[in-house]
Amino acid sequence: MDWQDEALVMGTRRQGETSVILEVMTQGHGRHFGIVRGGRSRKLQPVLQSGNSLIVSWRARLEEQLGTFVIEPVTLRAADMMATEAALQGVSHLGHLLRLLPEREAFDGLYALALLICQRLAGEDHAAPLMAVLELALLRELGFGLDLSACALTGSREHLAFVSPRTGRAVTAEAGLPWAGKLLRLPDFMARSQALGAAGQVSGTELADAFRLTAHFLDQNIYGPRGQEVPMARRRYVALVTGEAMQADPPGKA
Amino acid sequence: MAERIAGQEIERLIQLLARLPGLGPRSARRAALHLIRKREELLSPLADAMAKAHAHIRVCSCCGNVDTIDPCTVCADPRRDPTILVVVESVADLWALERASAIRAAYHVLGGTLSPLDGIGPDQLNLASLPGRLRDSRVSELIIAVNATVEGQTTAHYITDLVSHLPVKVTRLAHGVPMGGELDYLDEGTLAAAMRLRTDF
Repeated sequence: MDWQDEALVMGTRRQGETSVILEVMTQGHGRHFGIVRGGRSRKLQPVLQSGNSLIVSWRARLEEQLGTFVIEPVTLRAADMMATEAALQGVSHLGHLLRLLPEREAFDGLYALALLICQRLAGEDHAAPLMAVLELALLRELGFGLDLSACALTGSREHLAFVSPRTGRAVTAEAGLPWAGKLLRLPDFMARSQALGAAGQVSGTELADAFRLTAHFLDQNIYGPRGQEVPMARRRYVALVTGEAMQADPPGKA
Repeated sequence: MAERIAGQEIERLIQLLARLPGLGPRSARRAALHLIRKREELLSPLADAMAKAHAHIRVCSCCGNVDTIDPCTVCADPRRDPTILVVVESVADLWALERASAIRAAYHVLGGTLSPLDGIGPDQLNLASLPGRLRDSRVSELIIAVNATVEGQTTAHYITDLVSHLPVKVTRLAHGVPMGGELDYLDEGTLAAAMRLRTDF
């Protein structure tokens, strides 16, 4: 069994003295593990940092085996990400999100979005709106998608401004006004962002609303039932990009 | 399955030696044979040294280093600069810095880095005592000497945040071209970091 694919490095784990188990998100084979022989060498360690793009060649005798990767670097952006904490927390959070996906199942859209996010995290562009869009897309892929196509009360497709925290259906600004305190705000860029990478200029308030919306459904449908808490990397990333204080246990401030 | 060619004590010795870094089953067999041949000069003192080390090794309650005394030799050394504290990931890193005589300061050993893949969070690291240690001492500079990896730098930012409310200057190691490094062979990330962090000549 063998194949070759584009991949985004998600992380590594030591294997023996010289090798590592590499976790990547590939375009056509989804989240995949494999051993990289000599992965702890001085030559390969910089290449195997989270957020870097590679071409990986996977080979195993049987499909269900872990297999080995032979890697070829394409774009090394980890060093640029190390320049800012937001980028580091962003790539950690991205890894957490992609780890929610089942192994070895292709998610083309999510891969493309994750690649775009890594490119933006390493550059000057704002990656946070895309991160919120990716969380929304991930919920959809895992079977907990929100229905943002039309208002649950009026059927209107315009001026969608709220989401019901219980049903995940959108509501227009006018129809939702009486329950505004109970509904989650739906930023305009999230309502428009069903298409890949559609997020443009977004204010801090809109970002905070977007992350509050996705946090609610991630917690309700994914983290909560698994007995997990929202990862620290997400809380830290959201605090950094929205300028809001972290929701709980800021380090060392107790 | 291969037949046993030695008694179970020797087989056990080979099995344990094979678990050491750098040794596989074949080299462990060679090492065991060598030890057996030098029974009095090597095997006996080695067994004695290992038993003594096992009985006396402890983790320093102050910095997290390993030694046979507590506080460790580094913490107990009065010639070290008490105003500088170096944070390192592991005892191996502490030994590397000491080998290089890079700095005569006190250390704080984290015991790893934040790593989501391995399930290592702040609670699994030796972080809780760091703010208290800074508060109760004369430390004015905290040098974060962690690896230039995504996990290492994430940990560095976490520590910076952890001590941000204390009157301590926080610095980190420079990133760039290693000694003897040829630009042509360096990865783009290292080159970009070296250029970004260039210094006056």
